[in-house]
Amino acid sequence: MSDWKKIAPLEDIPRLGSRVVEIEDGSIAVFRTSDDQVFAVRDACPHKNGPLSQGIVAGHTVTCPLHNWKIDLESGEALGPDEGCTNTFAAKVEDGMVYIAL
Amino acid sequence: MKERLVLVGNGMAGVRALEELLKLAPEEYEITVFGAEPYPNYNRIMLSPVLAGEKTIDEIILNDREWYESNGITLHTGDPVVEIDRVSRKVVAKSGLEVPYDRLLLATGSEPFIIPVPGSDLPGVIGFRDIADVDAMLEAAKTGKKAVVIGGGLLGLEAANGLQLNGMEVTVVHLMDILMERQLDRMAAEMLKKSLEEKGLKFLMETQTAEVLGEDRVTGLRFADGSEIEADLVVMAVGIRPNMELAQKAGLYCERGVVVDDTMQTYDPRVYAVGECVQHRGECYGLVAPLFEQAKVAANHLAKMGIARYEGSVTSTKLKVTGIDLFSAGEFNEEEGDETLVLQDPAQNVYKKLVLKDNRIKGAVMFGDTMDGTWYFQLLREGADISGFRNTILFGQHDLGDAGHGDETRVAALSNDAEICGCNGVTKGDIVDAIQTKGLFTLDDVRAHTKASASCGSCTGLVEAILASTVGEGYEAKPSKKPVCGCTEHSHDEVIRTIAEHELKDMRAVFDFLEWKTPDGCATCRPALNYYLLARWPQEYHDDPQSRYINERAHGNIQKDGTYSVVPRMFGGLCTPADLRAIAEVCEKYQVPEMKVTGGQRIDLFGVKKEDLPLMWKDLSEAGFVSGHAYGKAMRTVKTCAGKKWCRFGTQDSTGLGVKLEELTWGSWMPHKFKLAVSGCPRNCAEATIKDFGVVCVDSGYELHVGGNGGIKVRVTDLLCKVDSEEEVLEYCGAFTQMYREEAHYLERTAPWVERVGLAYIKERILDDEDERKALYERFKIGQKVAQVDPWKARAEGEAAHEFVPLKISV
Repeated sequence: MSDWKKIAPLEDIPRLGSRVVEIEDGSIAVFRTSDDQVFAVRDACPHKNGPLSQGIVAGHTVTCPLHNWKIDLESGEALGPDEGCTNTFAAKVEDGMVYIAL
Repeated sequence: MKERLVLVGNGMAGVRALEELLKLAPEEYEITVFGAEPYPNYNRIMLSPVLAGEKTIDEIILNDREWYESNGITLHTGDPVVEIDRVSRKVVAKSGLEVPYDRLLLATGSEPFIIPVPGSDLPGVIGFRDIADVDAMLEAAKTGKKAVVIGGGLLGLEAANGLQLNGMEVTVVHLMDILMERQLDRMAAEMLKKSLEEKGLKFLMETQTAEVLGEDRVTGLRFADGSEIEADLVVMAVGIRPNMELAQKAGLYCERGVVVDDTMQTYDPRVYAVGECVQHRGECYGLVAPLFEQAKVAANHLAKMGIARYEGSVTSTKLKVTGIDLFSAGEFNEEEGDETLVLQDPAQNVYKKLVLKDNRIKGAVMFGDTMDGTWYFQLLREGADISGFRNTILFGQHDLGDAGHGDETRVAALSNDAEICGCNGVTKGDIVDAIQTKGLFTLDDVRAHTKASASCGSCTGLVEAILASTVGEGYEAKPSKKPVCGCTEHSHDEVIRTIAEHELKDMRAVFDFLEWKTPDGCATCRPALNYYLLARWPQEYHDDPQSRYINERAHGNIQKDGTYSVVPRMFGGLCTPADLRAIAEVCEKYQVPEMKVTGGQRIDLFGVKKEDLPLMWKDLSEAGFVSGHAYGKAMRTVKTCAGKKWCRFGTQDSTGLGVKLEELTWGSWMPHKFKLAVSGCPRNCAEATIKDFGVVCVDSGYELHVGGNGGIKVRVTDLLCKVDSEEEVLEYCGAFTQMYREEAHYLERTAPWVERVGLAYIKERILDDEDERKALYERFKIGQKVAQVDPWKARAEGEAAHEFVPLKISV
């Protein structure tokens, strides 16, 4: 199993917003939804690699800022009728700190 | 345990209601469907093309058996429900199968009306209603020669056309003296008859059928005047009758149809009904668009949301006979006090008639050229004031300055490889294919599946026209009341009004008060609500960055590679060597890969990394620049020409006035982007007449022009008025801008807004009512106190830092 990495306190991510975490081979977008859950997906839309971190978050979805594809944050999949998928990473909050598994 | 829902009637209305229900509450019910026919749900309105040999039955299936299965729906085909036991809440099918229900949805449709004359029960006499009828007609066409269709309405003519294409000799018998009298006026009906006669159909008008002749099969008809005609096949297409026998037997209240209220509920609260079997506010509908509206409402209540209302429909009609274009909508026979606009070109076989009352469309009939039918229909339902373009309306929408497309709007004539959506590279063939194979009915469906018109939207009209011509009357035109998005049933106007009337001052309050269906809204409604709240309560509402599109959140334009562009404001397009030097230094310091002079007379710096933005803004801010808002639904720029100071033709100080206007309006958030220009003379070098607010200076003062834009659909401004002084220019500009800010829908530019509300209304508020004008101007200035805080400077000083700085993995 991959390692849990400590990212930041939960309050550093705006509710219904996201922060970008840079890793060696790209960026990960870490989202905080209105119910204070966190989700981590590769910061690239399956359509044309748009930065999902910059999209508008609603429910457990984000809308890509480039061409309005809607991506499910839990599965990384594009919601119908668009088709495609971006990588997801496990994410959790513990004692107010956000962790993601790499 | 889940509640049980039983649908009686496996047709278009009932299944559409299930589709809508599954969207809203997929887990609410265990669903069972009974259908009398042996097929899954098919597109009944496409029976005419099947008969005409243009389509196969497989092609018109809307929901195949797999769809029912994958949605967990139990389907019983070929097994009609014969009894509803409302006491023990169960249905009994013909096969003896009994299924209990908690809620029941009746969608039993209608049956063809068979004229009760002797012999009408003979073999060879059929209606035109289902696949079995089509099979019977195709079978008859193999052996028989002569067909008679009784009824010269929509269905009768489509049947006649189909039979003729199958090689039969067809006579249409009609009781009235004109064809399709419920949809056409005399002129259009005559033209239609002539065209059909040219195709080989024969007509017997004002003819009443007295008897169907034949021993063991039909051989002919005898009419009331004693004359006779031979026939191997008789199709009765004189109308439909709501199929309400089952409901009546169950003791549900029926008149001409099963009576329902605005929530599609029958007199038994557990029983809903939709479709052709229904009577709502005294009306029975036989066209598909209203049935779909009903389905949506019923689904909303079955999903226990309880907010939707069906308030009746205005319908439009299109005849599906290849080669004949015909459209009708509303009240097309003029009454006293109505006015009629007519365009008639016999040589081209074109006829268009609009019936108007008080400059609003009441009805339309078109023959030969129906391209603008959907547009007229939209104007009709919106009750739009057409006085602004009344003198060209008959020439069609593309004559309204749609310089981008012009004759390309003739979609019917386009080949399948013609590109319709230039943004996403979608051809006419792609769209037609998607509509047919996926069973699409709405513009939103087509957008979702093909992306056509999903980007800039300029081809929306074309896509709608293709949709209309592909699915005929099945086309579900935009409802007159258009909800903001899927999260609500409320329209933009209702939201704007409610925010003001009920003093809703934050987004949660709007969601709660208007019963939003989603917890957080969506990427469509949140930016709209954020704007409406900001526009209405500038001093109280706290802007919600998470409800803004990224450009406005990051105060730069996101580019396709994820970098941003930066446009510093240059008031009136004026600049100094020091300004340019500062910009040059910033570009070198942050290694800006490309610079460009924009059409708005300033400089665009491309390819800036997001984390560099605040640093760059700090430098720009120190050099005296503020944000150009080139990224926002906001006041953008004021374009100016050289003006009196330098130009030998200049009549006024256009640059100076431009600077004053920009100082007044910069920073203001708008429903959409907003551009101004000031030209120093009527030569109009600043192109002020394609701006949202344009000033053209003349020797005696200033002409004020509004509602223009370049872009997708070029629209030239309307002249608002002429004023004498610069002070007045500023006041009128502020008042007009504020009126637009308060009343337009989010993402509606001034051009469509002016067309929607009418210039007359704007003049009334701004020209005729001095108090109102001054009050609007005052409110604009109050909003500006909050808006004119430079967002760049604030971020350079550390505001919203989290937006720009990536997180690091702690080690």
